[in-house]
Amino acid sequence: MSLVVDLFMVLLILTSAVWTVLARDRRDAVIAFIVLGLQLSLVWMRLMAVDVALTEAAVGGGATGLVLLRACARLQPVEAEGRLPGLRAQIAAGLLCAGVGVALAAVILAPAAPAPSLAPAVAAHMDEVGLKNPVTVVLLAYRALDTLLEKVVLVLGLIGVWALAPDLFWGGRPASLRAASPSGTLTFLARVLPPVGVLIGVYLVWNGADHPGGTFQGGTVLAAMWLLVMMAGLGELPETRALRLRRLVAVGPALFIAVGLAGFWMADGFLSYPPEYAKPIIVAVEVALALSIAVILGLMVAGPAAKEPER
Amino acid sequence: MSLLLDLFTIVAVSSGLFFFLAGTVGFLRFPDTLTRLHALTKADNLGLGLIVLGLLPRCPDLVSALKLVAIWALVQLGGATASQLIAEFARRGGGR
Repeated sequence: MSLVVDLFMVLLILTSAVWTVLARDRRDAVIAFIVLGLQLSLVWMRLMAVDVALTEAAVGGGATGLVLLRACARLQPVEAEGRLPGLRAQIAAGLLCAGVGVALAAVILAPAAPAPSLAPAVAAHMDEVGLKNPVTVVLLAYRALDTLLEKVVLVLGLIGVWALAPDLFWGGRPASLRAASPSGTLTFLARVLPPVGVLIGVYLVWNGADHPGGTFQGGTVLAAMWLLVMMAGLGELPETRALRLRRLVAVGPALFIAVGLAGFWMADGFLSYPPEYAKPIIVAVEVALALSIAVILGLMVAGPAAKEPER
Repeated sequence: MSLLLDLFTIVAVSSGLFFFLAGTVGFLRFPDTLTRLHALTKADNLGLGLIVLGLLPRCPDLVSALKLVAIWALVQLGGATASQLIAEFARRGGGR
């Protein structure tokens, strides 16, 4: 019975994936991609990987989908002018994508036997960190360097987005997210939902120590609430040069690096924690990271500055 | 007692699934955007509501039961708002 369900899921996912690639209209492709993300999160649930499922739904489906939809809107005037990449560039892009796909398929379809696993080692040493969610233990204790670099990449990504702004606008506000004529329904949602949404975001971050959840999932929910308020026109986007905003962007990675350096004299080396303080340190880093992720994701959706900074 | 609860769960979840099926059929068969939205809201409200209702006796404690009800309420809010927004968009002539 469960095989039927699994096969059906595989069929659905393949359909969405093919639809994503073949859709003629760019916006249709993005919508198919969002659907694909939600279906993938269902598969992760069936594999009992709740943390991955939450991340896939929040980031893969939600946040990435929103960024891509904004990109579509920005590309519309370009498309109208008929400035599309040439045939040669299209073929090159297709070949590169196919190459990456084939390489990934080769790695997944021909795994080393037995598949290498560090899961027993992690399970054996869980108590030393003092958290109950093995995923958080791996992300913030055993593979903390990977997690740190992941967050630094996010900051670099935001700098990349900001760098698209013309010199004249550098430091100014991004283009307003507010709809031309904000609907009463949207305004209503933007007034009612954020208190609940912020609570859920904080809950996901706080819960991440012992149960599925964590910085990325919680941060994405917080970012969504911020964006909702902007879209309804209840708040305006801040100027990208605002010092407070930039501090929020940097606080997570900065605290993570500071904790890592402190490991040199408080524990065994970079990013290692003294065992008796491991849990409070990890929770503090997670809170700061969630704040930074929320602000970075919100700003990525907002895009580069599109107005001159006010004097 | 547990047999009664099992029966209750089976009946409620099955009715919920029926509304999801009906909503999907309506979504595929109804002629225009507004009626299709109408079909979908049945799946959101009644379908999910009945499934949550059927799962309530399965909850190990009160907190998980409240979480299920909260999920239903949030889906209600999200679904209702999204339908309103799509309907407004369609009425302004944006739909197909």
